[in-house]
Amino acid sequence: MPKINLNELDPEFKHRVAEQPGGEGLKACFGCKACTAACPIQPIDKRYDPRKIIRMALLGMKKQVLESDFIWLCSSCYGCQEVCPQNVRFTEVMYAIKNLAAQEACIPPGLTAQRSLLKKHGRLYEVGEFENEKRLKIGLPPIIEHAEDFDVLLPDQTVEKDPGHSSTFHNS
Amino acid sequence: METLLYLGCTVPIRNLNYEVSARLTAKALGITFRDIEEFGCCGFPLKSLNVEDMMVTAARNLALAEREDLDICALCNACAGTLNEVAHQVRTNPEIREKINRRLKPLGLRLDGNVKVRNYMRLLWEEIGIEGIAKAVTRPLNGVTLAPHYGCHYLKPSELNVGFDSPEVPRTLSDLITATGAKVINYPSLLDCCGGGLLGMSEEVANAMAVRKLQEVSASGAHALVLVCPFCNVMYEGQQKKIAKSTGIDLKTPVVYYPQVLGLALGMTSEELGFKLNRIKPKELLEIVEG
Repeated sequence: MPKINLNELDPEFKHRVAEQPGGEGLKACFGCKACTAACPIQPIDKRYDPRKIIRMALLGMKKQVLESDFIWLCSSCYGCQEVCPQNVRFTEVMYAIKNLAAQEACIPPGLTAQRSLLKKHGRLYEVGEFENEKRLKIGLPPIIEHAEDFDVLLPDQTVEKDPGHSSTFHNS
Repeated sequence: METLLYLGCTVPIRNLNYEVSARLTAKALGITFRDIEEFGCCGFPLKSLNVEDMMVTAARNLALAEREDLDICALCNACAGTLNEVAHQVRTNPEIREKINRRLKPLGLRLDGNVKVRNYMRLLWEEIGIEGIAKAVTRPLNGVTLAPHYGCHYLKPSELNVGFDSPEVPRTLSDLITATGAKVINYPSLLDCCGGGLLGMSEEVANAMAVRKLQEVSASGAHALVLVCPFCNVMYEGQQKKIAKSTGIDLKTPVVYYPQVLGLALGMTSEELGFKLNRIKPKELLEIVEG
């Protein structure tokens, strides 16, 4: 990793993370590394290191955190959260960080596609005649979409990409 | 007892063997599953983008259940975990409760968060009990050896599962399997995460997470790996061929759902239990049970 340029740090970043739902525990971290030891991703992809992500967030390395693609590598297994002596609740902190990245329009394309499907159908898979025929054959009741509720429930996405900002996902 | 069956998105489209075996075994054990056709996605896929969107999507289902004054039984670990988490938050945090209800209002729904959410295995464990299941068994699965896989969201976060099972030394699924007369193996990667949550982000990392368990179970001589979650199934059954190919490891681990195993022990046929939809056939297991 290149040297940290103090002028590029954002001292407000840690507060923004902590203000997100689930992000409250971030500032309680005392750096013991239990989270990293418990993480099943870290041995496979060294870029995903919970303690390092916490330090980066606390230091204010907003750009390096939000624009990275490694923040999307959390499998949400809750291993880190279970072992944390400070109750940082790092799995939830990761969701807070990813929510901020989404606000800055750094979103992997698969996730926006899932959201569009949900808004349109109320489910991850569209249910048509084919699916219900298959269900009927095995004696299962049909699945009926109630898509109209989801259009009301989920607002239109208003996130716009910050023009000064590049993300791996958007370039790919 | 009566409960609402919550299917989620994946099970009723991709895992009909899980759904059909859950329905049949519940009926045989005196559990009445009621369907609500309005149930939709649990909200889990939205959590990375916006936690509040996830919460209102979950809350919609919970409010529908509260209106019926019935608990929820889910088949997917991610659904059960998400619905349970949101019920807990809405019940205990007035600020969140108000925020969520403001967004539910246009749908004519309201949520207090008192609805109880359990996955099917927890329901079996708590309502029927191991002894109750053992008593109902008409065809003990003698000679069958099985490897349990709990899945992360079955056990964690443990703060949402107080009084149920231990995230470090879990036993409920092993005991549920033992109640069918089958033998359970313990193995080092028992608690491994399947990696399913990552498949959409990095197939390479996800596959690397699944391989150890598949290899160990394959080498253990167990007749099948027993799952309770369709997300785990995507990795252990759906990805198994690809993983074998990319690693060069010879993997042929049949993957089954717990209610399928239970159904066999309750005397149901493999055909009724949807075994033809299992992609890696548990041939030896079925030969032992059905001859």
